[in-house]
Amino acid sequence: MADVNRGDRPLSPHLSIYRPQLTSITSILTRITGNALIVSVLLIVWWLFAASTSEAYFDIANAVITSWMGDVVLSLSVFALWYHLLAGVRHMIWDQALMLELKSAEALGWIVVILSIALSALTILVL
Amino acid sequence: MVQLTLPKNSRCQKGKTWPKSNGATELREFQIYRWSPDDDDNPRIDTYFVDMSTCGPMVLDALIKIKGEIDPTLTFRRSCREGICGSCAMNIDGTNTLACIHGTEEVKGKIKIYPLPHMPVIKDLIPDLTHFYAQHAAIMPWLETKTNLPAKEWQQSIEDRKKLDGLYECVMCASCSTACPSYWWNGDRYLGPAALLHAYRWLIDSRDEATGERLDDLEDPFKLYRCHTIMNCAKTCPKGLNPAKAIAEIKKMMLERTI
Repeated sequence: MADVNRGDRPLSPHLSIYRPQLTSITSILTRITGNALIVSVLLIVWWLFAASTSEAYFDIANAVITSWMGDVVLSLSVFALWYHLLAGVRHMIWDQALMLELKSAEALGWIVVILSIALSALTILVL
Repeated sequence: MVQLTLPKNSRCQKGKTWPKSNGATELREFQIYRWSPDDDDNPRIDTYFVDMSTCGPMVLDALIKIKGEIDPTLTFRRSCREGICGSCAMNIDGTNTLACIHGTEEVKGKIKIYPLPHMPVIKDLIPDLTHFYAQHAAIMPWLETKTNLPAKEWQQSIEDRKKLDGLYECVMCASCSTACPSYWWNGDRYLGPAALLHAYRWLIDSRDEATGERLDDLEDPFKLYRCHTIMNCAKTCPKGLNPAKAIAEIKKMMLERTI
């Protein structure tokens, strides 16, 4: 690479000025939901761990997980699970180099968002 | 590396509001990124008012009018004014495009103009593209052949030539690469959408005989595989090309040669 003296040049603004796109938001959501699911998995493992330890310990874990805050976290986890699953399917389609035209990629994005919300609502209603 | 905030010397400050011209009827507000290497000041956002009744339809027309009539120090690249040279790529209204083919009427409200994102700034709207061009050179953007030279041209069927459509039109304006968050965070090692689109353009050229070597060069955790199909590239390309699809095709070629 050419060795030029770049001096103390500023870096032009990026994240703060770039307009969010449907495809960029659905992409970062895939990461966020994937990471968030680690938290819910830990929570559920803790729940099972407590159940196999003692009744007193289970009561504590159970109280936390069935509290309103636990409900909120687990409900969001249901959404995260559906979203991450469907976004994964979208990536598998893309990995075949299919549906990558802007129109179809964006349509897939909307399908993932709407379907994951609908399936989460259904899951929460059924459970 | 991911760094969400700007370094200290890069944070924008409120700049100057330049006076409105007298007797203007259709004023439009422009907010433009300014930075000069000649003083130690941080970048600033200046406000200009342009009379659209005496201005051409494109953002570049307005920039030229500002430079000509309001502030001659405003600095930007431009040349062909018809979307073929790729010089006037910049961030307009939140996405990257060519100022010469982006109409001011396409933008609602104030027209905000920044240099291409996450690049070292030389002055005002001019980014340093040295690294970007070096990455383009690194993918060997030329025909590589091993067989003896033909008597005339290297020939190609009409079908094979068609495979280059949607690839050869790239004008190397850098809009796509500088729209890509992966390129922002790993641009030192990730080649970025523009260079990879060019890489694919030579990979599928029926006349090229270095396909294997080209793929070997790209077989790297960073050069190719930092593409996460965010698709800001395809969304922003002023020529309507689709680097994301080209990259997906390269990944597919990588896989196909291992099975």
